[in-house]
Amino acid sequence: MKIFQDSTQQSFSGLSECQLASGKDKSRSMDVKNMREYMGWLYYQYLLITGIYVLEPWEKSIFNTVLFTMVAMVVYTSYVFVPIHVRLALEFFSGLCGEQPESTVALMS
Amino acid sequence: MTESAVNKEANGDVCQHRAVNGVKPGRSSALKEQQCHQRFVYKHDEKFHQSECNGGLYSKPFIESFEETPMLVAVLTYMGYGILTIFGYLRDFLRQWKIEKCHIAREREEQKDFVPLYQDFENFYTRNLYMRIRDSWNRPICSVPGDKMDLVERVSHDYNWTFSYTGRVVKDVINMGSYNYLGFAEKSGCCADAAAEVTLKHGVGVSSTRQEMGNLDRHEELEKLIARFLGVEAAMAFGMGFATNSMNIPALAGKGCLILSDELNHASLVLGARLSGSTIRVFKHNNMQSLEKLLRDAIVHGQPRTHRPWKKILILVEGIYSMEGSIVRLPEVIALKKKYKAYLYLDEAHSIGALGPRGRGVVDYFNLDPTDVDIMMGTFTKSFGAAGGYIGGRKELIDYLRSHSHSAVYATSMSPPIVEQIFTSMKCIMGEDGTTIGRDRIQRLAENTNYFRRRLREMGFIIYGNYDSPVVPLMLYLPAKIGAFGREMLKRNIGVVVVGFPATPIIESRARFCVSAAHTKETLDTALSAISEVGDLLQVKYSRHRTLPSLDRPYDETTYEESED
Ligand SMILES: Cc1ncc(COP(=O)(O)O)c(C=O)c1O
Repeated sequence: MKIFQDSTQQSFSGLSECQLASGKDKSRSMDVKNMREYMGWLYYQYLLITGIYVLEPWEKSIFNTVLFTMVAMVVYTSYVFVPIHVRLALEFFSGLCGEQPESTVALMS
Repeated sequence: MTESAVNKEANGDVCQHRAVNGVKPGRSSALKEQQCHQRFVYKHDEKFHQSECNGGLYSKPFIESFEETPMLVAVLTYMGYGILTIFGYLRDFLRQWKIEKCHIAREREEQKDFVPLYQDFENFYTRNLYMRIRDSWNRPICSVPGDKMDLVERVSHDYNWTFSYTGRVVKDVINMGSYNYLGFAEKSGCCADAAAEVTLKHGVGVSSTRQEMGNLDRHEELEKLIARFLGVEAAMAFGMGFATNSMNIPALAGKGCLILSDELNHASLVLGARLSGSTIRVFKHNNMQSLEKLLRDAIVHGQPRTHRPWKKILILVEGIYSMEGSIVRLPEVIALKKKYKAYLYLDEAHSIGALGPRGRGVVDYFNLDPTDVDIMMGTFTKSFGAAGGYIGGRKELIDYLRSHSHSAVYATSMSPPIVEQIFTSMKCIMGEDGTTIGRDRIQRLAENTNYFRRRLREMGFIIYGNYDSPVVPLMLYLPAKIGAFGREMLKRNIGVVVVGFPATPIIESRARFCVSAAHTKETLDTALSAISEVGDLLQVKYSRHRTLPSLDRPYDETTYEESED
């Protein structure tokens, strides 16, 4: 996290040197810059943890593509199928304990 | 095969006696089981296990910590290696189908149908993992490796398969990697001057062996000095530390002997033990229960199949283990060795000069009697800033080695400038040069070690080893962090040694710092702040500040009483 703070300070001093921007603009551009630094830091951690830091760029892109595709597929699948499963599960359980008024109401409606 | 005067002693007889009588030493009621006192010391939120057992074998606290690998980190490490292995297979596949050029040695076309040469895991590892981060190793230097050094800048345009020199020099890189414990690797000062003078007078080589024409009077003087330094009867010097181990152990042990070796012993000790042809059994690192069990079994059961007693039992240990930074539990080893009448071979490569109030190694550190160690071995490569090794011990032992050791018979004798360097630095350590430089350096090293280790621990790194050991391993674990740490530190002008798989277990990659007396406090502070910065960047401050007691050993089982039979 320290690098994050450091970069904050850096961008601070960099901006205060050129007093052109108004206060509002300054804070906004700082936020954007912070965000970028933070994303860069996150990406670096991702590189280190997965070990692809040591790979050549084309290998990195293969890994990223595969991982991205897999994550996208998981997200899409869960988006499509989870609601159905949840509804089926709800029906099943409400069938088991059908006396409960709320669930019956929910089913009927 | 080898019967020395020393080795003719009681050992064989004792073994036989025991084996015949079937007395199990540990069970004998004559042995008083001592209650062990374990004390917990709280300091900096950490819990230490301080061994105070066995009637105070230790004269000072012996604190050694090996914090457990955090589970998450271990999982991520395996995952990282998994991913890299998959890409390794991909690259191997591409190379095999000639889609990509192979830069590394491989079988020739006409050898294709023979047994594959480069298929085992080590080769795979070198090809596909090590090569990618090779720039962190074997960096060429172009100055004396003192507290600072100059590096030859090099770049690689093909991902470390080849390097080219840019012609520039990276100046004043702080050197945290050399075994220059007492800072005698320097280009000026009394040692360098003396060595230069001798070079002009005697030249650089002797070109003959000690047994033929290569025996100078200075060699003999050096050996006398070493013996005096170590506090033993006699000593012998060799031109190479590695060969001192690997060539002398075969002269000391042979068929029918048993060698008990620590699992983390240096390659030279392992090679020597293997060459000797003795049976080798390995005990857990610095674990006295394991050692005692092996000793007991060896005496009770004797040799396999024949059940004859072992001719000799030789225990091989090191003073400071260069990868773990741990110090051998010498008082316990000596007690065990006496109890079971075994021989002890102590390799002080890293500890000589670096430990003890007088710089005389672990024996001095624990304030023990040097004559309790049968074979004192050490090297001049580390603390003395020279090269070579020595063996010290009883006069009979040294006389025997002089005529039987391979490295005495066949190796050229030490070069005079190196002898001079050792001579001067040793005199300096002993304070016989009329100055206090040696004493100051020993003290400085101890202070630097404590300071450096304490600061790193406070920063939250996982640091292995004994609190007094100048070898400081910092755990990195993840494979990508090995390369990243080396690179990031070099960017901040600090040269460090990072250590990976073949030298350590696969998940325990680390960076290893060697503290030196040549480092000033400012140098260490610069290095520490850079380490902290890189530690934050790479997120390697894994420590949960709750150091577990060192390896949870149950102490109650072992007693160190000598049996009086
Ligand atoms: C424990 C131990 N023994 C022996 C040696 C070999 O010494 P040298 O480098 O002088 O050949 C080393 C060196 O790395 C060592 O660490």
